[in-house]
Amino acid sequence: MTLAVPVQALFGQVLIGLINGSFYALLSLGLAIIFGLLNVINFCHGALYMLGAFVAWFLLEKTGLGYWPALLLAPLIVGAFGIFIERLLLKRLAGLDPLYGLLLTFGIVLFLQGLFSNWFGSSGMPYDMPKQLQGGQALPFMFLPNYRVWVVGISLVVCLGVWAIIERTRLGSRLRAATENAPLVSAFGIDVPRLVTVTYALGVALAALAGVLAAPIYRVSPLMGADLIIVVFAVVVIGGMGSILGSIVTGFGLGVLEGLTKVFYPEASNTVIFVVMAVVLLIRPAGLFGRQT
Amino acid sequence: MKTFAVATFAVATIAVATAARADFTDGVIKIGVLNDASGLYADLSGKGGMVAAQMAVDEMGGKIGKTPIELIYADHQNKPDIGAGIARQWFDADHVDAIVDVPTSSVALAVAQVVKEKNKVFLANGPGTSDLTGSKCSPNTVHWAYDTYALANVTGKATVLSGGKTWFFLTADYAFGQALERDTTKVVEANGGKILGGVKHPLNTSDFSSFLLQAQSSGANVVGLANAGGDTINSIKAAHEFGLTKGGQKLAGLLIFLTDIHSLGLDTAQGLLFSSSFYWDRDAKTRAWSKKFAEKYNGRMPTMVQAGVYASVLHYLKTLKATQADGDGKAVVDAMKKMPTDDNLFGKGTIRADGRKIHSFYLYEAKKPSESKSEWDLYKLVKEIPGDQAFRPLTEGGCSMVSAAK
Repeated sequence: MTLAVPVQALFGQVLIGLINGSFYALLSLGLAIIFGLLNVINFCHGALYMLGAFVAWFLLEKTGLGYWPALLLAPLIVGAFGIFIERLLLKRLAGLDPLYGLLLTFGIVLFLQGLFSNWFGSSGMPYDMPKQLQGGQALPFMFLPNYRVWVVGISLVVCLGVWAIIERTRLGSRLRAATENAPLVSAFGIDVPRLVTVTYALGVALAALAGVLAAPIYRVSPLMGADLIIVVFAVVVIGGMGSILGSIVTGFGLGVLEGLTKVFYPEASNTVIFVVMAVVLLIRPAGLFGRQT
Repeated sequence: MKTFAVATFAVATIAVATAARADFTDGVIKIGVLNDASGLYADLSGKGGMVAAQMAVDEMGGKIGKTPIELIYADHQNKPDIGAGIARQWFDADHVDAIVDVPTSSVALAVAQVVKEKNKVFLANGPGTSDLTGSKCSPNTVHWAYDTYALANVTGKATVLSGGKTWFFLTADYAFGQALERDTTKVVEANGGKILGGVKHPLNTSDFSSFLLQAQSSGANVVGLANAGGDTINSIKAAHEFGLTKGGQKLAGLLIFLTDIHSLGLDTAQGLLFSSSFYWDRDAKTRAWSKKFAEKYNGRMPTMVQAGVYASVLHYLKTLKATQADGDGKAVVDAMKKMPTDDNLFGKGTIRADGRKIHSFYLYEAKKPSESKSEWDLYKLVKEIPGDQAFRPLTEGGCSMVSAAK
């Protein structure tokens, strides 16, 4: 069976891998920004992704606002929640070992997941696909749902946009400078704490955006983040902790690898990413795109 | 005359003595509800199992004679080692007499082993594998709500007979999925169908699109979902999205719970054919009980597993009331098998020598959105299959206790 997979089917699988990879990329990008610039291991990233999906669901159920407004509003609302977390909690841990931040954000995960599991159970809620994106294209080698094309497109645009902001704009250069040497940058009259808050909110908003994108594909369920976050962490580690380009490229790459594993040896599809992580850590401990220190 | 009086007196004394000295170990009847509290099977069993068990205990008045009935709860996280560890701890240190529920077949098989070793009682409701009353049967196990054989037999047969001759499986890669695929394969082939292939996916997979692509390219009429809970929901959602059903292929949900259909929404689920031994809206009795259940459980209606927990605990307690002893698990299960079962949810039934509880099974179809009148109004009855036709014939399971009895 293994060698008999037709080339056409393989195309389909690579495409699906790219689609899944776009979720990995969006999420790991947020993680990489937060780690790279704040030195915080944001363990609650998955829970915030879940929160993004739930905000979209709430907007629809309670106010009738559909998918398109949610795409903008959910990241804003969850981003505001991120500001709350940063200002109220994370800020107090600045300067301490990153381990404390990890413990704190892990606590936030348990809190959020427990709360939502209690309210909604674990099966989750249905969230309908927007009408404009229903249906799909019959390609010669597969049926490609329109919505998935949209997901790949938007996540590519967002990833490249964020990368450009950080690497190519004044705001980005200030951010990078602030992480290198905060006292010096604040001596130039730049408000470093505010910069840090904004960065955290941006990373969190990316997670929420991914949540809204995922809502019509999967279910809106309290555990949707927990299922994904471990993989996303592996992506960040493979890409190189804190490397923005690394997390984008690795996100898409590992999505494809996972997709191919599902064809050739489906039993291993949940573990293949971790095998890669182990190998990468052995050969290049700083990750594929990380700077060796 | 004198001898007769003495004899009468003696008999009377013995009768009084037995009635007064109920033989309940540790002065308490303790039942452990063991299931998945927060994972993919939490909605179909979970805390709802505890609610159902409590309803059975309440119905018995909370005690038998003077001995109180207690419940204890734990989460096995769908891991066999954790499940078996909790079972050991419960029997050795916490005076537990019976364990109930235990979804996830791999965990259930491990727990059944511990229960047998400690000679306690196992009331299996959550797990599906028909091995619990087949090759791995145990004198201490009663398997209540459903099993993979009945699911395969009812849904599989109905699907093949309605024209679904060629099959492709999406199978959860552990004891339950493998048993379900095996049992369904037999039914499909026996009815003239053919298996074209299948994929085994890891438990708790979120993205099924890749597997569905393989199912599509197989060209099979029917894609059989040999998985459960969150995995089934995700498979059906992806099948819908990738136009599997529009392409002329049919889905056969081999194990579908009420909570799955509820989570999918009828827009996606409508027309899906599946089987179940319980549906809350079947008759006046099930409705009355289910409404009581929902009041205690955030308005959620019970699943077949939760209904089974209630009914099996009730039958266990009724048996204890009759025998007045809970120390010897095998003896309790033997007594449960001798006593006919009768409850509001599954009606009159029996427990067979291999531990299989026999009751009717039902073929259901998910309603169209226009047919549904309320949030939980989801199933439409297609037909009822009597228990003796739904479950595996006693002699075909390969249970050693059955061949020993012959």
